[in-house]
Amino acid sequence: MQILYFAWLKTHTGTGSEQVEPPAEVTDVAGLLDWLAARSDGHAQALADRQAVRVAVNQEYARPGDPVKPGDEVALFPPVTGG
Amino acid sequence: MIRVQRADFDIGAELDALTRDNPGVGGLCSFVGLVRDLHPDARTPGSESGEGRAVGEVRAMTLEHYPGMTEKMLERIDTQAHRRWPLEASLVIHRYGRMEPGERIVLVATASAHRQAAFDSCQFLIDWLKTKAPFWKLEETPDGGRWVDARASDDTAAARWGRDDWAAE
Repeated sequence: MQILYFAWLKTHTGTGSEQVEPPAEVTDVAGLLDWLAARSDGHAQALADRQAVRVAVNQEYARPGDPVKPGDEVALFPPVTGG
Repeated sequence: MIRVQRADFDIGAELDALTRDNPGVGGLCSFVGLVRDLHPDARTPGSESGEGRAVGEVRAMTLEHYPGMTEKMLERIDTQAHRRWPLEASLVIHRYGRMEPGERIVLVATASAHRQAAFDSCQFLIDWLKTKAPFWKLEETPDGGRWVDARASDDTAAARWGRDDWAAE
């Protein structure tokens, strides 16, 4: 599974992307975020406020209960500020 | 039509190209977003520090985006606009990379037979773009880099266009 981090999430995790293999019990977005938060202090900091984190699975906005599976591209980022 | 690019754009040339050879167009609306030199939070009396600088002054801004998803979302918003209004043409250009105050960030233009559809769809496009397209602004200030926070007023502006019926189909 490919994880992408943007804006201040990238600053906290120290990486823009990483390849991960979560255990089989990680089946949805919420579970994935919990698992990612345990990877490092930086990850924990990036994911401390879940309300401030938006998630896209395969480039579509996703909610906490939406499924994730091996091979997915999952992006984590703050609310968008373009325009 | 949508474009995501680092380079600046020529407003006149873009608007001209959008309506050229289409006599069905009776009205053209455009919106251009620019880099401001002040962070909204700095616009308060007494917020000036030494050397006459306002606290929070923005020296430059870097727009980061999510290549792939950005184009996908802009295409979808553009498609929505064409579904909702009888448009002859539309154009969204959004830049990324580093920009200084006064530089153009975004152009939204809509052309229709009559003005109302052009006005409304232009506003719709910029309102939805601001809440859906994955761009993030990093401001350079005298105190260092600062990620711009999303504003609730942008969600309110987007919400007035009604149902969020733009998800994947």
